[in-house]
Amino acid sequence: MLKFTPEHEWIQIDGDVAVVGITQHAQEQLGDVVFVELPATGKSFGKGAPAAVVESVKAASDVYAPISGQVIETNQSIVDDPALVNSDPMGSGWFFKLKVTKPSELDSLMDEKAYKMQLG
Amino acid sequence: MTIDPSPSRLRRTPLFDLHVTMGARMAAFAGYEMPIQYPLGVMKEHLHTRAAAGLFDVSHMGQIALRPRRGSVADIATALERLAPVDVVGLEAGRQRYALFTNVDGGILDDLMIANRGDHILLVVNASRKVADEAYLRAAVSSICAVEALESRALLALQGPQAERVLARFAPQVATMRFMDVRSLSMVGSVCTVVRSGYTGEDGFEISVAAAGAATLASALLEDAAVILAGLGARDSLRTEAGLCLYGADIDESTTPIEAALEWTIPRVRRTGARAGGFPGADVVLEQLKSGAPRRRVGLRSKDRTPVRGSALLFAANADAQPIGKVTSGGYGPSVGGPVAMGYVTRALSAGGTSLSAQVRSNRVPVEVTDLPFVPHRYRRA
Repeated sequence: MLKFTPEHEWIQIDGDVAVVGITQHAQEQLGDVVFVELPATGKSFGKGAPAAVVESVKAASDVYAPISGQVIETNQSIVDDPALVNSDPMGSGWFFKLKVTKPSELDSLMDEKAYKMQLG
Repeated sequence: MTIDPSPSRLRRTPLFDLHVTMGARMAAFAGYEMPIQYPLGVMKEHLHTRAAAGLFDVSHMGQIALRPRRGSVADIATALERLAPVDVVGLEAGRQRYALFTNVDGGILDDLMIANRGDHILLVVNASRKVADEAYLRAAVSSICAVEALESRALLALQGPQAERVLARFAPQVATMRFMDVRSLSMVGSVCTVVRSGYTGEDGFEISVAAAGAATLASALLEDAAVILAGLGARDSLRTEAGLCLYGADIDESTTPIEAALEWTIPRVRRTGARAGGFPGADVVLEQLKSGAPRRRVGLRSKDRTPVRGSALLFAANADAQPIGKVTSGGYGPSVGGPVAMGYVTRALSAGGTSLSAQVRSNRVPVEVTDLPFVPHRYRRA
């Protein structure tokens, strides 16, 4: 199941594991990504808490946890090669994996159709 | 992540329609709706400017003409020396100089360009300061000269190693100009004021042109394959790599020229002899020239890949609670290929090679004091 936040994160849920990244629209708005800071494995976040940082030449932006959960894995390859976030934001440019702690929070997120309507 | 909504009810430059046509992302800057970047993006616009040529719209900056009421330009020069610790009297016709307006505490009211145009003086001031500067000048020098804000003129900056070749197609005389030379040149149907200068660290030209001719000139320049439009994002990363100050970030009314490491703008004739001092805050500035300032603007390089940005606090040691300085500009330097920053540190910690740490979010990032600029200037001095 693929869901989206109003802040342009995507979340792919498979059982109790969720993969989180930023959308194509978000990477276009950011421009060339030059630095990524990821959370420590084991750290827990509430829904909407800043969990990672993505930086372009111009600015640093927070990436928020779309739902509550505990970080079980992070994507070292975007730390080593931040341009992956631009070239493949919905695939190899993923940020972190969460163990879902409050599955009901998923209901508040948008599906792809609703997200695209938000973009206009 | 959060994305800012588009601005509204802002002033527009004569090139606004061109920016929109070219797909610029516009944002508010100093009361203007300005292009931050074009579809190519900040990184490529920056790198292309250093490799070939970038064209920047800097029409938001203030262009102010000072014309003698009676008397001569020399009287205006003398009057300006009462506002700025710079040599205006010795500025020859056809030459431009970088200057600072100081306040009574020795702080910086604005940084600006002063050009001697022979029959008048032309100033180029910061967009964010132009209203204040104009009022200040009217109060200070209007008995000697008419203060005229040139609101109907655009300002373009063509920057990079290909700038001379491109501009010479329209005005071959530019090839004979040196850094900070100023000339009136006819290009693409407009009489332009052309200065060999800019704010990227590269060779290049700033071109003042009547608003009505601005889009035609810009389009003509863009027809050359070497030229791309570059936005304020690239301008900021270019000037940061070049170690150049942004007013309101790196310098302001609380920073003196010596603290800002801009003492090179103060020539010998304003330090000793008949024309020494005589500008606001001279006591503070001249004393700091002699004995040093309590803090200094320095370059800062991250030892890891974390960009350190403006307002990050600096510490002498990782465990310290008390900051010894603050970052004023910083980010990723595309030509350096890593983080670049500048900021103020206490004098004792201002020597090159000094290890410090910067607070970035919840982490302390190791940084090292380094010489500026990060990328050597490539001005055409000879």
